[in-house]
Amino acid sequence: MIVRIMLEGQYDVPDTQLDTLNELDRELEHAVNTGDETEFRTALHQLLGRVREAGTPLADDSLQSSEIVLPAADASIDDVRELLGEEGLVPG
Amino acid sequence: MALGKRLSLIFKAKASKALDRAEDPRETLDYSYEKQLELLQQTRRGVADVATSRKRLELQMNQLKSNSDKLEQQGRAALAADREDLAREALSRRSGLQTQQADLQTQYQQLQSQEQQLTVAVQRLQAKIESFRTQKETIKATYTAAQAQTKIGEAFSGISEEMSDVGLAMQRAQDKTAQMQARAGAIDDLLASGALSDASLPAGPGDDIQRQLEAMSSGSDVDRELARLKGQLAPAPETRAIEGPAGQQGAKS
Repeated sequence: MIVRIMLEGQYDVPDTQLDTLNELDRELEHAVNTGDETEFRTALHQLLGRVREAGTPLADDSLQSSEIVLPAADASIDDVRELLGEEGLVPG
Repeated sequence: MALGKRLSLIFKAKASKALDRAEDPRETLDYSYEKQLELLQQTRRGVADVATSRKRLELQMNQLKSNSDKLEQQGRAALAADREDLAREALSRRSGLQTQQADLQTQYQQLQSQEQQLTVAVQRLQAKIESFRTQKETIKATYTAAQAQTKIGEAFSGISEEMSDVGLAMQRAQDKTAQMQARAGAIDDLLASGALSDASLPAGPGDDIQRQLEAMSSGSDVDRELARLKGQLAPAPETRAIEGPAGQQGAKS
């Protein structure tokens, strides 16, 4: 599974990590919905850490698209809301 | 996946929107390739702009530092002259400057990390563009318009995602450098202005603390000179009176 961390690059992460990543991603989304910046930072930090640790960086010249795109390490909740902007924030 | 999946879908939607616009998908390849090269150029300029901004900030930080050092010296001088009020004023301005220095340091680190991110982005984008160019030529040579559709979609969505990411990074960098430019102008004005009354402003060369210290030191210079002249009045003063005009004549010609 190809995962992109914005401003950082793409990683090939084994599918065995899917459950862990899903769990952390749900926490991240929850934080974005509630606007809890601390929870957001923690979840994002853990999520990106997991991807970097379990994944292998893709070669620079790869043209694969990503199944999962994650915000940059220094992104704020507002940045993420802006990214989601066009389709709006669906609570839940 | 919750958020990550949604972001990925947003990126993919952008890619397919761009593809849908073209009648012959093979045309999209050339068009996209041009766009990629444009973005690469912009990103290179972006790196240069951020670097310029960073260097300017570096200069200003040095100036702030030297002003802050000067205020400390002034504080010492004032204290030595038994002017605690003036010393207090100098030190309180210095603490205002230090707050600004700390803030600029944070900005500086942000610029540095943006510069680094963009530099890496340039390398990656360049590698992907090169790879795209090769695929593009293969696709154009091998497939008919109808067959090419899927292949193009694959090659296109990967690079389109990269372009969106780099595009956002560029936008961020542009916002940041614009913000830093406005700020740098304000700081330059502050550094250039001489007369200061606000504690948060840096000290210019003609600032009031310096004036008071200079007034004090020229006051004591006058006292010393008076004492010296008084001492000379007792012996004969006429030797100096003869030498004076001769020296002036020499200077005129």
